[in-house]
Amino acid sequence: MDVTTILLLLLMGSIATFLAGDKLASKVALLFSLGALGLSLYLLNSLNQGANISFTGSWIDYPKVALAFKADGLAMAMVLLTTALTPLIILSSLGNPFNNSKNFYALVLFMSFAMTGTFLAADGLLYYIFWELALIPIYFIALIWGNGDAEDRKKAVLKFFIYTLGGSLFMLIAFAYLYSKAGSFLLEDLYKLDLSATEECWIFLAFFLAYAIKIPIIPFHTWQAKVYQKAPTVGTMLLSGIMLKMGLYSVIRWQLPIAPHAAKEYMPILIGLSIAGVIYGSIVALRQKDLKKLLAYSSLAHVGLIAAGCYTLTQDGLSGAVAQMIAHGFVIVGLFFAAEIIYRRYETRTIADMGGIRSLTPKFTSMFMILVLASVALPGTYNFVGEFTVLYSLSQANIWYAVLGGTTIILGAYYMLKMFQNVMLGETNAKAFADVTTTEAITLVAIIAFLLFFGLYPKPITDLVAPSIKEILTIINN
Amino acid sequence: MNTLIAISGLGVFCLIAEIFNLRKLLVPVAVLGLVAILGLTVSEFHTPNTFYNNMIVVDKFSVAFSSLFIVLTIFLVALSGDFYKDHPSKLSDFLAIKIFLLAGAVAMVSFGNLSMFFLGIEVLSISLYVLAASRRLDIKSNEAGMKYFLLGSFASGIILFGICLIYGATGYFDIAEIKDLSSGAGIPVWFPIGITLMIIGMLFKIAAAPFHFWAPDVYEGSPTMTTATMSTLVKVVAMATLYKVLSGMTTSLTLTFEMVIVVISILSMTVGNIMALRQNNVKRMLAFSGISHAGFMLMAILSLSTAAGTLLYYTAAYALAGIASFAVIIYVTRNKDNEDTLNFNGLGKTHPLLAAVLTASLLSMAGIPIFAGFFAKFMLFSQTIQAGYLVVVIAGVVNSIISIGYYFKLILAMYTKEAAEEKQAVPFVYYFVAVTAILLNILMGLYPSLVINLLN
Repeated sequence: MDVTTILLLLLMGSIATFLAGDKLASKVALLFSLGALGLSLYLLNSLNQGANISFTGSWIDYPKVALAFKADGLAMAMVLLTTALTPLIILSSLGNPFNNSKNFYALVLFMSFAMTGTFLAADGLLYYIFWELALIPIYFIALIWGNGDAEDRKKAVLKFFIYTLGGSLFMLIAFAYLYSKAGSFLLEDLYKLDLSATEECWIFLAFFLAYAIKIPIIPFHTWQAKVYQKAPTVGTMLLSGIMLKMGLYSVIRWQLPIAPHAAKEYMPILIGLSIAGVIYGSIVALRQKDLKKLLAYSSLAHVGLIAAGCYTLTQDGLSGAVAQMIAHGFVIVGLFFAAEIIYRRYETRTIADMGGIRSLTPKFTSMFMILVLASVALPGTYNFVGEFTVLYSLSQANIWYAVLGGTTIILGAYYMLKMFQNVMLGETNAKAFADVTTTEAITLVAIIAFLLFFGLYPKPITDLVAPSIKEILTIINN
Repeated sequence: MNTLIAISGLGVFCLIAEIFNLRKLLVPVAVLGLVAILGLTVSEFHTPNTFYNNMIVVDKFSVAFSSLFIVLTIFLVALSGDFYKDHPSKLSDFLAIKIFLLAGAVAMVSFGNLSMFFLGIEVLSISLYVLAASRRLDIKSNEAGMKYFLLGSFASGIILFGICLIYGATGYFDIAEIKDLSSGAGIPVWFPIGITLMIIGMLFKIAAAPFHFWAPDVYEGSPTMTTATMSTLVKVVAMATLYKVLSGMTTSLTLTFEMVIVVISILSMTVGNIMALRQNNVKRMLAFSGISHAGFMLMAILSLSTAAGTLLYYTAAYALAGIASFAVIIYVTRNKDNEDTLNFNGLGKTHPLLAAVLTASLLSMAGIPIFAGFFAKFMLFSQTIQAGYLVVVIAGVVNSIISIGYYFKLILAMYTKEAAEEKQAVPFVYYFVAVTAILLNILMGLYPSLVINLLN
């Protein structure tokens, strides 16, 4: 058994969902996504027992492209993030009716397939293909099933597509150039390349453009808030929960080890830009009136901190970044789901129209509260582990990085709690608000249980990821 | 050679069939005949040969490209049946002209002598002039035919002038001899001038900027079926011929010449893409998109000795995506008096399959992976980087980004607007052509080696 089985299962799931017809689509999709989760847990278990679950096969002779999938701890952690969030996202969508739901769920599974492929691919061109492939489904999900005015939505989604494609095409040039040097796209061959300082600098920048747009790092973030707001909640969850992590993961897997000297040279600028994102995102989030937009900007702030952690090039920074990627993935999906739960009942995303929900729904309130607290990195949640490790690594690099980056916790607490206050507390809204349904409760409880469990006992994930990060750091420091 | 004879025979048969009142059988017979010719051509792949004192040279290059042309013609002929169903009496003429056009195309990639090359060009061009003007009561079609004829014959004249100068410089029409002499010392100055004139003529045929001005008007005015032929088959033929002329007659290009190609390539990409952004007429938009693709294909000239496989791949990817999209466009606009993007509103709801095929073919042209267009662009880029022209590649990437703007305009129209008319039954042939073409395209995208390795 190797990791290609997960990919095949997800792809088959996508096709089966499409063939299942509109009525059964959501159930088939859920079934396959749960199957993929089970399979990846099983493969994780065999990886821990020392089995080799990577896969290498040949694909194209000229140019030489291999079907290479590398499943080390880091990749498996990200694959598990994808396969764990996908069923949760599908589960969360069961309360919404979708037109043409067979297409919708097929696209969701296809996107999950493409993202899993991106995390696993160990061949530059294969990786690039999966990276681009993930863009198509989310484009259609946001375009066709999104909300709000159609003209606005079209503009937002097109801008998103052009931005991300533009960025990644420069990455493609970088790969073409690397290929002309190495004669292969394989990750290990690219790691071995000895590039001159100028070459590294340009390669690094080309990668940076692709990743900075995807993550997004200031000043490439302008596509983000609009798309989050206009996409259906499922799309927003896929984007913020998993797709952003593609960019962050790629920084660790591809950008830093291939161009380590450039990374060291630009470190202050990179960390500076990332932290600027933290502060900018937090301040803009303070002023948001739309719940989804507020969460979008909070996400911008959090991923800024993760990116800063990646660019410290230290063991703590990278492992903290990975932990925070996973934690943020879960918490942001939970928060967007909470926003969706409110929308289902009030049909509004404007914070000012909400209020007083607490007195009607004790269960929902407590779950929402835990998510908000996790998002501001309260000790005891997994987010605390990630954020604290990243801040610690930043303080090792320069204490001012940590001071400025730490504002995420202070400002985050301010805008999240203010939001919670306005949404949940205060005057009772005249409209009725039914408490969470069973599927809604299952989704939220699963997310909260994950965050609390690993908040108290983060060792399994840390142990899983640490060897891969050590390996990458030895390549960087050579 | 056998290919050429068989194709001409099939063309004559189509003309005669009219006499015996075999109209109904015409399209199936023509398609079957072309399939048989395709088999015949492919069987010659491993047996290079020359005929009539090197007039015709059958080698891997000519067989591979001829096969591509035949495949494209099969699709075009298959669509003709429904397209000309209001003019049953003309069907045999149109089919015959299309098949003669194919004969010209095959001659253009298998010549060994410049006189054969010129014959090929003329057979192809004259067929096209007729097809462009074939809707004789439509003033736009008349305009298109006239414009194409005047400018096209001008271009043919320039090519002929170039051939004369080359003959004057070397004393040969045979390209192998010319190639031998071209690298020697003491070649007169009119030899490069002759080559340049020939190139100018060919650049006109592939509609590369700044020789592109005819394309939008002719594409728009011609009947959609002819536009499909021009933008898929003819563009590919002209590009392959240009490549063959250059690689057949010169050993290596001078730096100055390569700089000219660089400029024309960047100019075509940019002009084509920027103009396409402003178009509302789908045919005009695809005309400009074709101009930008001509710019991309010209990159292959920059690595002249190694690019044959890449060029074959790019042209096949581009033409198959073109056929798939035109099958949909022909269906959607067949009873309309214009080809505005408005006609595509809501196609995603009324005809999901056709909309999906059109989307896929536009994504392929834009260069999104798993479609062949992605590998095509990637291989051109990587080859051009190896040839040392990073500037062109960066221009190509910037242009790929721009092209999203207009390709997606059509996709947006299909999926976000409401349809103006009810769902109608679609003749099977449209589905067949559209789906087969796009499946071939995807197959090429999944296994690029299938095509690339043919000529490497």
